[in-house]
Amino acid sequence: MRHIKPINQKARMIEERFVGPDGTVSALADRIPFGCSTVFAPGWEVDSGGGTYGLCTPIERDLYDCYHSCYWPAQVPDALTNFADWSRSCGAPVQDWASIDLVFP
Amino acid sequence: MNFHTSLIHRFENEGTQFAYVTSSAAVVQLDQVSTGILDSFSDPEGEDPARWLESLDKELQQETREAFDELAAMGILRPVGAPNAPPEQLPPMPFPLSTLVLNVTNKCNLSCTYCYEYGEDRIAEPKKPDGTPRLPMMTPETACKSIDFLFESSQGRSGVSITFFGGETLLNFKTIRAATEHALERSRELGRSVGFSLTTNATLLTDQVIDFLVEHRFGINVSIDGNRLDHDRHRTFSSGKGSYDAILPRIRKLLEKNRPHGRPIGARVTLTRGMAPVPETFHHLAGEIGFDSVGFAPVTSAEDHEYALGEGHLGQILLGFEDLAGEYVEAALRGERHAFSNLHDLLQEIHQGINKAHPCGAGLGLLGVSTEGELGLCHRFVESGEHALGNIEDGIDEEKRSEFLAKTHISKKIACHECFARPHCSGGCYHEAHVRYADATQPNLHYCEWIRAWTDLGLRCYGKIACGNPDFLETFNQATHPPKVATVKDEVTP
Repeated sequence: MRHIKPINQKARMIEERFVGPDGTVSALADRIPFGCSTVFAPGWEVDSGGGTYGLCTPIERDLYDCYHSCYWPAQVPDALTNFADWSRSCGAPVQDWASIDLVFP
Repeated sequence: MNFHTSLIHRFENEGTQFAYVTSSAAVVQLDQVSTGILDSFSDPEGEDPARWLESLDKELQQETREAFDELAAMGILRPVGAPNAPPEQLPPMPFPLSTLVLNVTNKCNLSCTYCYEYGEDRIAEPKKPDGTPRLPMMTPETACKSIDFLFESSQGRSGVSITFFGGETLLNFKTIRAATEHALERSRELGRSVGFSLTTNATLLTDQVIDFLVEHRFGINVSIDGNRLDHDRHRTFSSGKGSYDAILPRIRKLLEKNRPHGRPIGARVTLTRGMAPVPETFHHLAGEIGFDSVGFAPVTSAEDHEYALGEGHLGQILLGFEDLAGEYVEAALRGERHAFSNLHDLLQEIHQGINKAHPCGAGLGLLGVSTEGELGLCHRFVESGEHALGNIEDGIDEEKRSEFLAKTHISKKIACHECFARPHCSGGCYHEAHVRYADATQPNLHYCEWIRAWTDLGLRCYGKIACGNPDFLETFNQATHPPKVATVKDEVTP
């Protein structure tokens, strides 16, 4: 790390997990729940609360986080411009997931 | 997605900036770029990193982005809305024991006014659930069985610790000796290590006792409250006569015999209202008497006792601690050890990055054993029906143990979730909470400010040493050999 210097043992342990041989901080996808699709690192997939534990299942994380908090074009309709109401029929995804329909651009 | 600074505590030493990261207990040094980012992202609403980065000069963007990634990796920057609460992750049960505290007697030859064992705050019940009185002394058989129980219940650990406690521990030297010899024999058979410690009021330290303790490398804590005046105010015989003059020559002999080979001997001071300033007490015990370490603990009591410490007293104690901490740091910068053990222990925790889910090992790796072999959360809770956790014959009441540990996990202490000092405090002593709130599972909210100020002091000292003599901090590295023997620092004895 170039800008922060780990001082105690715990900080050094964390550094060891994240810093590659060239000294740069590696992608965090499989390490810490910390952010999704920031401009700095597109594709770190976490849910809107910063967690990773439920990614891909259940349905609300598989679809909803891609849709609501971090648009992921391969999997969900384009909520930003064309299909803003796509999830309207689905108030509580755990129960209502089946009411979400396909879209046909 | 907006980002903001997570729960951290910033401190500095002569312009060098540091941060203590609450989620992990990591300590990092910050450069100017990362400090600037933290200032920009301190608003709880957060900031959109993309927009913010674009607002910077072009030539700064690459470097800033790098620093941003580092801060995020260290958990210092997080998405707004990411949970702040510590994860609810309970230890795998049944958790192997590492330490048993044997209450070898609940009798004492002193009558200290503040003793919780005999005062209003007492929680031990003199009679067993069947109505018969408890034995005043643990028999050697019960002690040996307890040790067998400890070895069986600590599978997977290379070593165990046995702490003798009371009452006045040395009133039952016969059992201590039998238990020690039995434990050594078992440890040789099993190829595992064992360590011993005890707390004593020093009144019964005869030559024979001293030789035995030194030979077996006991970790020894002596309860002593300072100079004659302070000590004799509360630590008296039942006649009302102070015990200082009786114990001083015995302590000197113990220190002298122990010095060549033994482990450091600690003085354990109970702080009460009206005592001399902390540094004065420290210098008397470490300098004039020669204790290897001196630790202070505020008396545990309900608020209305005449010896109880009020807000103002705690503030004075902290000022005293600050003075001693200054001396400690000066010594550390010269590469020397200093005997102020509260700070030494705190710096060790900071250095290792200890992040506690429970305030102490009670019920987890440590249990107390009553004179009859009943198990309790710790030595302070043995003989309390409400907190009983089984016995050495039938084993630990695992259901009750798990239930207690689930209730006291830091994830359940909502008030602690916003506190930077929680890795160190984790809600504080169960017994203290029981005395204050009649509920051992509550966090001790009456001393939060004090704990935060103390943790801040520890961090500032850590920062000074990290700048001035970083090699000294390596002495705090976690040992890889057998576990350190837990020495119970407590005021119950006598």
